[in-house]
Amino acid sequence: MKYLTEFRNGEVAQRMAREIHQLTTRPWKIMEVCGGQTHSIIKNGIDQMLPACIEMVHGPGCPVCVTPLELIDKALAIAAQPGVIFCSFGDMLRVPGTNGDLFQVKGRGGDVRVVYSPLDAVDLAAKNPDRQVVFFGVGFETTAPANAMSVHLAKRRGLRNFSLLVSHVLVPPAIEAIMSSQGNQVQAFLAAGHVCSVMGYWEYPPLAEKFKIPIVVTGFEPLDLLDGIRRAVRQLEEGRHEVENAYPRVVTFEGNRAAQSLLAEVFEVTDRAWRGIGVIPKSGWRLSEAYRDFDAEERFQISGIRTAESPLCHSGDVLRGAIKPAQCPAFGKQCTPRHPLGATMVSSEGACAAYYNYGRFLSAEELASAGSATSGEVHA
Amino acid sequence: MPDKPAMPDFANWSCPLPLADYPTIVMGHGGGGKLGNELVEHLFLPAFRNPALENLGDAAVFDLGSSRLALSTDSFVVQPLFFPGGSIGELAVNGTVNDLAVSGAVPRFLSASFILEEGFPLAQIAAIADAMAKAAAHAGVRIITGDTKVVERGHGDGCYINTAGVGVLRPEVTIGPHLAQPGDAVLVSGTIGDHGMAIMSVREGLEFESQIRSDCAALNGLIAEVLDAVGPNVHAMRDPTRGGLASTLNEIAIASGVGIAIDETMVPVRPEVQSACELLGLDPIYVANEGKAVFFVAPEVAGRVLEILRAHPLGREAARIGHVTTEHPRMLVARTAMGANRVIPTQIGEQLPRIC
Repeated sequence: MKYLTEFRNGEVAQRMAREIHQLTTRPWKIMEVCGGQTHSIIKNGIDQMLPACIEMVHGPGCPVCVTPLELIDKALAIAAQPGVIFCSFGDMLRVPGTNGDLFQVKGRGGDVRVVYSPLDAVDLAAKNPDRQVVFFGVGFETTAPANAMSVHLAKRRGLRNFSLLVSHVLVPPAIEAIMSSQGNQVQAFLAAGHVCSVMGYWEYPPLAEKFKIPIVVTGFEPLDLLDGIRRAVRQLEEGRHEVENAYPRVVTFEGNRAAQSLLAEVFEVTDRAWRGIGVIPKSGWRLSEAYRDFDAEERFQISGIRTAESPLCHSGDVLRGAIKPAQCPAFGKQCTPRHPLGATMVSSEGACAAYYNYGRFLSAEELASAGSATSGEVHA
Repeated sequence: MPDKPAMPDFANWSCPLPLADYPTIVMGHGGGGKLGNELVEHLFLPAFRNPALENLGDAAVFDLGSSRLALSTDSFVVQPLFFPGGSIGELAVNGTVNDLAVSGAVPRFLSASFILEEGFPLAQIAAIADAMAKAAAHAGVRIITGDTKVVERGHGDGCYINTAGVGVLRPEVTIGPHLAQPGDAVLVSGTIGDHGMAIMSVREGLEFESQIRSDCAALNGLIAEVLDAVGPNVHAMRDPTRGGLASTLNEIAIASGVGIAIDETMVPVRPEVQSACELLGLDPIYVANEGKAVFFVAPEVAGRVLEILRAHPLGREAARIGHVTTEHPRMLVARTAMGANRVIPTQIGEQLPRIC
C-alpha cells in the first residue's frame, strides 16, 4: 500500500528514535495538537520509544472531546423529535450528554444514522422531502470543507429540509490559548497535518514568533510522528523557533485554496466554547449570514437546556495538557470507556480512551522507563 | 428454581450497574463486544443457569445416552441479504456448522427458521434456499426441520434466519475456550476482516480497485484435517465472527485465565481490507470473519498444524500469530511494528468509525 506501509517501517523507526535520543540533552514538553496523532502515538507505542525526559502532551485536537456539552444536549433534543433524521459521524453517538447519548435516543425510536460524509445526509434530505434532515457538523478545519459543501449543495438544490448543527473549532486560536494560559509548560507543537492540508500553515509563523515556539506540521504514521518530534527536539536543542513542514507529501504552505474560499463563503469566525476548557475567543466557525437558514440551532428552537458535567471529570486539565489521563482520580475507576464521565474517554482519539485502551497494563513507571530502555539513559 | 415465573427483579440483578447505563437495548448489545457479554452474563446466564450453558462456548456440549453431542444456534440478520462472496443463506448454514466444528464436533443436522416480511419476493427466498441447500451439501450436513413465520410489512427487514445444529463430539478431543495453556501457539487460518469489510463496502457504497469478498465458508473440513492429525494437542478453537479476532482472543484469555501475546505484523490482512479499514477508521482486528478459525495448539505441533492449514484451500494464508503466556493474565497484548507493546481490549459495542 503506497504512502502507508513505507511510513510504518519498524527498523527506520528505531533508527529515528535513536537519533532523537542522541539529540536530546534535557527535558522537553511537546504537544501534539491532533487527537489522531495522540491515537497513533499510543497505538504504535511511539511514546515508549522516546527518551524518558521527552514528554508528549496530548492536545485538545479531538473534535468529539471538545464539542460543548450544551451542543450535545441540543443534538439529543433535536434527534429525539419526530420527523427528524439525525445524521452524525459514528463516534459522536456515544458521547455522553447530560442525560444519555445518541445511541439511547436511537434505541428509544429516534432516527439517528451514521454517515461517512455529510453529502450522504444531503442525499437523504432529497430522498425524504417530508422529513427534516440534520447533520451534526463537528470538527476542526479538516472536516469543515465537506460540511461547508453540504450546506452549499443543499442551498443550490433548494433543499429546505436540510440543516447543519455546527460546532466547528479552529486550531490556531487553541494554540494561542494554551500558550497564554497560566502555568503553561508546552515548549513546542506538532501541528495537525490534516488541518494543514486544508488550511496550509501560513497562520503559524506569527504564533511561532509571538511565543518563541517551534511548530512542526506533522503527519500521522509512526515515521511521520517520529520525524515531527525529531525536528521539534532539534529546534528546541538549538534554541530555534521556526515553522517546519514534516508532512510535505500532503501539506503545502498555502493549503487547499478552493476549500478555503468555500469555507470563507459558508462560515464566519465566532467565539466558541470548548468542552472542558471554556470559551476561546474567535476559535470557531458558524454559518455565515447567507447560510443562516440552514442552521439547525435556528430551525429547532431548543430552549431550557441545563447542562451538568460530572464533578469527577478532569478532562479540561487533560485537554490543556496540565495532567496526564492516569493522573485524574476518576481514571479507570469511575470513568472507563464502558462508562465515560467525559468525552475524552469516548472517542478513540480522546487522550483518556487512548491511555485506557492501549497502555492500561503498564504502570506509570513502566511507561516512562520503556523509552529509555532502547538506548542510554538521558538524565533530566 | 422457583416454579412460577416472576418478573425480573431489577434491584437484585447480579450486577445492575452496567445494565442501568442503558435501560433499553442499543445496537451495541449485538456488536460482539462488552455490552453483549454483559447482557449474557448478567441477564441470560442467571435466568437459565446450568452446567452445559456456563462454558459459554460456541456450542453447548452434553451427554445424551452414550453419545457426546454439541448443540448450537445462531440468528442471521445481515443487510444486504446478498453480498460479494455469499448471502444470508450461506451464512446461516456455515455459521452454525462452524460453531459446532470449533467445539470439536462433527456437524450433522441443522434446523432452519425463517422470519419473513410481508411483501418479500419469493424469488429471493428461492435464491436463499438454494444457497442454503448448496452450503449444506458442501458442509456435509442435512437440514431436517424448520419453521416459517411472516410479520407485517415494516416489522422485519425482509428475511431473518435462525439455524440450530447438532453434531457428534469427536472422542479424542478436549477443546474449550477455558483450556488454552501457557506456551500454546496461536494460529489463524487466514486473512482477517474480509467478511465485515465486504458488508461495509456494499453498505456504504465504497468501491475499490479490487472488490472485497466475504470469506464465508464451512470450516468443518479444514478443522477435521487438523484434529485427525494432532487432535489431543489442540486446546482451544474459535471462529472469530462478530467483534473480530480481538474479541475472540480476549474471550479465550479471560476464559482460560492466561495472557495472549501476538505479533501485529504476523496477522494476515488483505491489502484491500487494510485500505478500506484505513478509510473508515476501523481496525481489522475488530472486524467480523465468517470463514476463519483460531487454533490454540501445543507448541511442538504448531509447525505441523500450519502445514496442514496451508495445504487446505481455506487455509492457504494461515499464520502463526502469537503465543499464550503467564504474563498479563486475561489480557491480549500486541507487539507493534515499531517494537512497542499495546493492549488490545475487547470493544464496548459496535466499532465506531472515527471522524478524522
